[in-house]
Amino acid sequence: MRQNQLIEKITAGQLRDDMPDFRAGDTIRVYARIVEGTRERIQLFEGIVVKRHGAGISATYTVRKISNGIGVERTFPVNSPRVDHVEVMRHGRVRRSKLYYLRALHGKAARIKEARR
Amino acid sequence: MTTKGILGKKVGMTQVFTENGELVAVTVIDVTPNVVLQVKTVENDSYNSIQLGFDDKREVLSNKPEQGHVAAAKTAPKRFIREIRDVELGDVKVGDELKADIFAEGEAVDVTGITKGHGYQGNIKKDGQSRGPMAHGSRYHRRPGSLGAVINRVFKGKLLPGRMGNHKVTMQNLKVVRADVENNVLLIKGNVPGANKSFVTIKNSVKAGLKKNNRQSEK
Repeated sequence: MRQNQLIEKITAGQLRDDMPDFRAGDTIRVYARIVEGTRERIQLFEGIVVKRHGAGISATYTVRKISNGIGVERTFPVNSPRVDHVEVMRHGRVRRSKLYYLRALHGKAARIKEARR
Repeated sequence: MTTKGILGKKVGMTQVFTENGELVAVTVIDVTPNVVLQVKTVENDSYNSIQLGFDDKREVLSNKPEQGHVAAAKTAPKRFIREIRDVELGDVKVGDELKADIFAEGEAVDVTGITKGHGYQGNIKKDGQSRGPMAHGSRYHRRPGSLGAVINRVFKGKLLPGRMGNHKVTMQNLKVVRADVENNVLLIKGNVPGANKSFVTIKNSVKAGLKKNNRQSEK
């Protein structure tokens, strides 16, 4: 469905154009801004992009990492001002857009082949 | 308490980021400047109100009385005309325009609209009743249940299947996220009644601040 032009106009000002191009299967590093009281610091979240979802201002991406042996997934809005910047570490070769199958795998089986892009 | 209000048209929903970076769901309401078509005063009409018109229509779609009514305001005939009662009249004149800036960011409002019509629906969808077991030979699946004691009539208010939706509904205490005069748009947090492109009336909230006042009186 084509989005309403007025809605596009309203949200246009909050869209970010500094996001690198990445897809599901890529390994990225998200520099998330965290506000603790009055102090602000940057927290790193590195993992595999499991999915990209939505379009326009509502678009999100989900990053999965293994933290102390436990799988952790975090979803960020693509245009969030709370993300300082994103670094793409590695492009992965995958054959689907949503990598939910990774949740059932661990260790060697959960590896993703590198893609030349 | 004086009210203020404006008429608009529901455009659709989207999300915007707040100042602290939170993503909130908002309804976009188009409030192209409303025109004051009539001013009612206590002396003349025994109450104060302004009549607002929204959304121009072509002359061919209007009749003579409509054209005569808008002639005083020197504007085109309107599709949606509503009265806002108990308005601070001040120096409001016929022909004045009301814009989105009558509301400020963070203000609480009540939004009135006509809900989506769902047609003829059973009790389960319409009234939220639960269904009987689908199996084990119950033979009682989605029925409205017993009609009550045998007194040769049905009690008033008994929930039965019927038309659902298409009601006038007011949602209270919604927050204005942004009042955009440039695009003539109000962004209201959450949803509002009605389908996209349906007309809504936005007034300042009748209940906002009541709770706080009660707490003060208790002390």
